[in-house]
Amino acid sequence: MSNAGLESSPAGGAAEIEADAAAWVRRRHFWDWSEQDQASLEAWLNESLAHEVAYLRLEAAWNRTERLAALHPFKHEQPDVERRNWRVPLAIAAGFAAIAFASAAALPLLHRPMETIYSTPVGGREIITLADGSKIELNTASVLHLAPDQREALLDKGEAYFQIKHDAAHPFALRVAGRSVVDLGTKFFVRNGQNQVEVALVEGRARLESAAVAPSRAIVLTPGDVAVASADTTSVTKMSAHDLANELSWRRGLLIFHNASLASAAAVINRYNDNKLVVDDPAIAKLTINGTFRTNDNQVFARMAQDVFGLRVTYRANTTRISR
Amino acid sequence: MTDITETSREDSRPGAPMNASEVRAWFVREVLPLEADLMQFLHHNWRNKSDIADLRQDIYVRIFETARREIPARPRHFVFTVARNLLIDRVRREHIIPFDAVADVDALGFAMETPAPDRAVIARDELRRLRAALDRLPPRPREAVVLRRIEGLTGRQIAIHMGISEAAVSKLIDNGIRALADILYSDPEDRRNWA
Repeated sequence: MSNAGLESSPAGGAAEIEADAAAWVRRRHFWDWSEQDQASLEAWLNESLAHEVAYLRLEAAWNRTERLAALHPFKHEQPDVERRNWRVPLAIAAGFAAIAFASAAALPLLHRPMETIYSTPVGGREIITLADGSKIELNTASVLHLAPDQREALLDKGEAYFQIKHDAAHPFALRVAGRSVVDLGTKFFVRNGQNQVEVALVEGRARLESAAVAPSRAIVLTPGDVAVASADTTSVTKMSAHDLANELSWRRGLLIFHNASLASAAAVINRYNDNKLVVDDPAIAKLTINGTFRTNDNQVFARMAQDVFGLRVTYRANTTRISR
Repeated sequence: MTDITETSREDSRPGAPMNASEVRAWFVREVLPLEADLMQFLHHNWRNKSDIADLRQDIYVRIFETARREIPARPRHFVFTVARNLLIDRVRREHIIPFDAVADVDALGFAMETPAPDRAVIARDELRRLRAALDRLPPRPREAVVLRRIEGLTGRQIAIHMGISEAAVSKLIDNGIRALADILYSDPEDRRNWA
C-alpha cells in the first residue's frame, strides 16, 4: 500500500484493521493452524503495512502472556491425582520420617493479594535483599513470590538460597509444594524439583512443616541436614559442610562435581543453559567425572568429555550430543 | 539531531529492504514499549480523541516503512519525530485551525529525553505486570486467556469448558487480545495517569 500515510485512513479504519488482526492472532494461537491458514495470513499481511503493524502489535502482546504459564504451579496446590506417583529416590529414602502430604488450601488463581514476583531465566541469578537485610538468592529458571509483608514467600519453581534475619515475633515462612520451611534464624537452601522438594540447612535452625500435620510433629532441621520431601514422604540425611558448599557453588557461577556420573552432571548443567547436553548412551552415562565448571558454559564440559574420555561431540542449534 | 529521513509518500517501496523479520523484531522490541509515551503525546497534542487510534496506526506505518530501509539508531527520538511530523502534516492538509493542536510540541523535548527503562528491571517485573494486566481484563475474556495460557486449552476446549459457542469464544478472545495490547502497551499499570 503506497499511500499508507495519514490521508488513507477512513474513520474507524484503524479499529477495523485491529479487529481483523485480533481474529488472525486468535485463529493462529487458539485453533488448529494449517499451511493454508499461514498462506492466507501472509496474503492479508502483504495487503498493507497497516495490517502488518496492527498484527505485530497484537501478536507481541499475546506472546508476552506466554510467561503467564509460570503461574501454572498453582494448579498443583489444588488436590490432584498425578502427584501420587511421586517417589523418593531410593538412595535417600532410607530412614525417612513419613509425613502425610497435604495440599495447601486451594488458592484462587488470580485474586491473591498483590505480591512481588521475582523470576530468573535459564542461566540467570538474582539476589533479593529484604527490608530487614535478609537475603534471598534465586538460581537459574526460578520463580519466587514474596508476600507484601516480606515474611512469607512461595518458591514456585527452581531453587534459592535464603539468609534470613531471625525475628521471633514474625518468623519467615517459605512455602514450597505444600510444605513450609519456618526459620528459627537460618541460612538454608531450597530446591523445588520436578517431583520432590529438597531443603538443606546451612546454619541455624528451621522447622519443616506440612499443612496436614500438627506443628508438634514438624521436623526441626539443624546444620548439615538435607530433607527431601516427595508426595507422601520426607527423608532427612546429613551432608558434610564441604558437600553443602559444593551444592551452593552456583552462587559463584560454578558447578562442582565430585564422582558424579556424566549423565547426572550433564543434567545439572542443562538447568543453566538453553543449549542442552544429550548423553543418551547408557554405556557412557555412568562414566565418573570430577571437576569444576562454569554454570553458563556447557561447551567446556563437552570438550572435557571429548578430551578426557575420547567421546564424540555433535553440535546442533539446541543440543550438544555426547556419544561414543 | 541525527538526520532522520522520514518516508515520503512517493517513496514507499525502498530499493534494498531490510530483513523483514529483523524489522519486525526491532519494532516489537524498540517501538511498542514507547507506546504509552506516544499515546500521552497524542492525547496532549490532538483535540479530537476519536482520531487517535488512526493517528497511531499511521505513525506506526511510517515508522515501519522507514525501518525497512534502515533501522533508526535512536528509536525514541525517531518515533517522536515521526509523530510530530505527522501531526503537522495533518494540520496543514486538513486545514485544521491549530488550536493547541501541536502547540505543545516543545513538550516533546521532555518525552525524548526520558531515559529508557532498565531492561533488567522490565524483565524482572514482567510476570507481575502480566498478572496486573490480566486482572484488568473483563472477567470473560480473562477466563479465556487464562484457560489458554495457564491451563493450555484450545479454543474449542475453551468453548466446551465455558459452555458457549465457538463463535462466542472467538469474540471473547478477540476482545481479550485487543484489550491486552492496550493494557500492556498503551496504558501500563505504572503509568495510569494521563487518561
